[in-house]
Amino acid sequence: MRSKFDEQLELLNNSLIEMGSMVEKAITDATKALVTQDLALAQSIIDSDDRIDDKEKEIEGLCLKLLMQQHPVARDLRFVSSALKMLTDLERVGDHASDISEIILMLADKRYVGNLEHIPLMAKETMKMLSESIDAYVKRDLVLAEKVIAYDDVVDEIFVNVKKDMIGLIRENPNNGDEAIDLVMIAKYFERIGDHATNIAEWVIFSLTGTYKESRIMGY
Amino acid sequence: MVKQSKIVINNMNYYYRKKQVIFDLSLEIPRNEIMAVFGPANSGVTTFLRSLNRLCDLTPEGHMDGEILLDGESIYGHASNVTELRRRVGMVFEVPTPLPMSIFDNIAFGPRLNGKKSMKEITETVERALRQAALWDEVKDRLSISGMSLSGGQQQRLCIARVLALEPEVILLDRACSGLDPISTAKIEESLIQLKEQFTIVIAPHNIQQAVRICDRAVFMLMGHLIEEGTNVEVFSNPKDQRTSDYITGRFG
Repeated sequence: MRSKFDEQLELLNNSLIEMGSMVEKAITDATKALVTQDLALAQSIIDSDDRIDDKEKEIEGLCLKLLMQQHPVARDLRFVSSALKMLTDLERVGDHASDISEIILMLADKRYVGNLEHIPLMAKETMKMLSESIDAYVKRDLVLAEKVIAYDDVVDEIFVNVKKDMIGLIRENPNNGDEAIDLVMIAKYFERIGDHATNIAEWVIFSLTGTYKESRIMGY
Repeated sequence: MVKQSKIVINNMNYYYRKKQVIFDLSLEIPRNEIMAVFGPANSGVTTFLRSLNRLCDLTPEGHMDGEILLDGESIYGHASNVTELRRRVGMVFEVPTPLPMSIFDNIAFGPRLNGKKSMKEITETVERALRQAALWDEVKDRLSISGMSLSGGQQQRLCIARVLALEPEVILLDRACSGLDPISTAKIEESLIQLKEQFTIVIAPHNIQQAVRICDRAVFMLMGHLIEEGTNVEVFSNPKDQRTSDYITGRFG
């Protein structure tokens, strides 16, 4: 019954999973490029951002077509509308991977003065949040989505530590200022990625329960 | 290669006595697609559909000019055989019209008239047609009961099966789901989407939503004029004509 509709929903599901893994890869690569100062890898992340943007457009088109042709209601409506919202977050994460890569390229001819201290840890934890938020979507896992949201505090905490690291670096030698600021920006991008993962998890919860940030946004 | 259109309509006008109801309509209907022709009441949609298999001939005060070509040949030409035309271009009506006989005979009726004699062949045809119309599973154990004892949705699928049994090339559906519940409607829409692989389908949908759900191309008619024709996405996401836009958004009509 309504197999065309079901096919379109299935396609939407698969496309989102595909985009999720593209974005996840971009972030994984960005972290790797940061730690190893692998410039070729950083450049390839920037180059492949267009593919993520194209995917976003493709999925947007699919969502709009679904809304127009199938008039989804109930869980189907929540699923399609959540997809539209999540898309924006996923695309932004892709942008942040590019932003981080650009800074890596700027820092190309420098050896990091300090070691990166808390930044790799922060990268690892935000990546975990992102991949779990996508997992929660794929597996329709409410508990996992809630876990992602709670985890954002952990990442915020690490960000505070990164800022302390960098202030220390500048105190040590004011000439470290440029590098410290670049690294804080990288950390800030990771912190934003954590926020986007939280947003995705919130839309997963809406899709599953109809409740968004603990309120019935559609009323009764 | 460009697919040749199944039906081509050139400068068609239609009149009931002196009253003109279709004005200079030209349109190409692509094969293996679902085309939805829609518009408010008295737009000429039904007349248009009925002229595609010459059911309009049955209205004595009506007459048409212009040209309708099926696979490149005029259906109103001298060489045209009306009975054969109506076999090739079948029609399903708004109100289900089962014949007062068994389910089996309802469907066997046409093929028998067409000279199919062997019981094996007829049985096969009945089963195939019922399967194509998504009715087989519901009636396979009771083919001998009256077609009129079925539910409305089943009767309508029976009528579709009856058309399919004649191995048509084009199926016309004139608001064929208007009296049906959403489940029966979904079943019929589902079978139409599958059937378009083999047939060309022209549907006058009973509401806009149905057109949006299933058609590949859409045609909007208003007071006998073809206002706009385009793909599903063109017409329903960004219609060119203000009148189309007003109608499909429910602002008039």
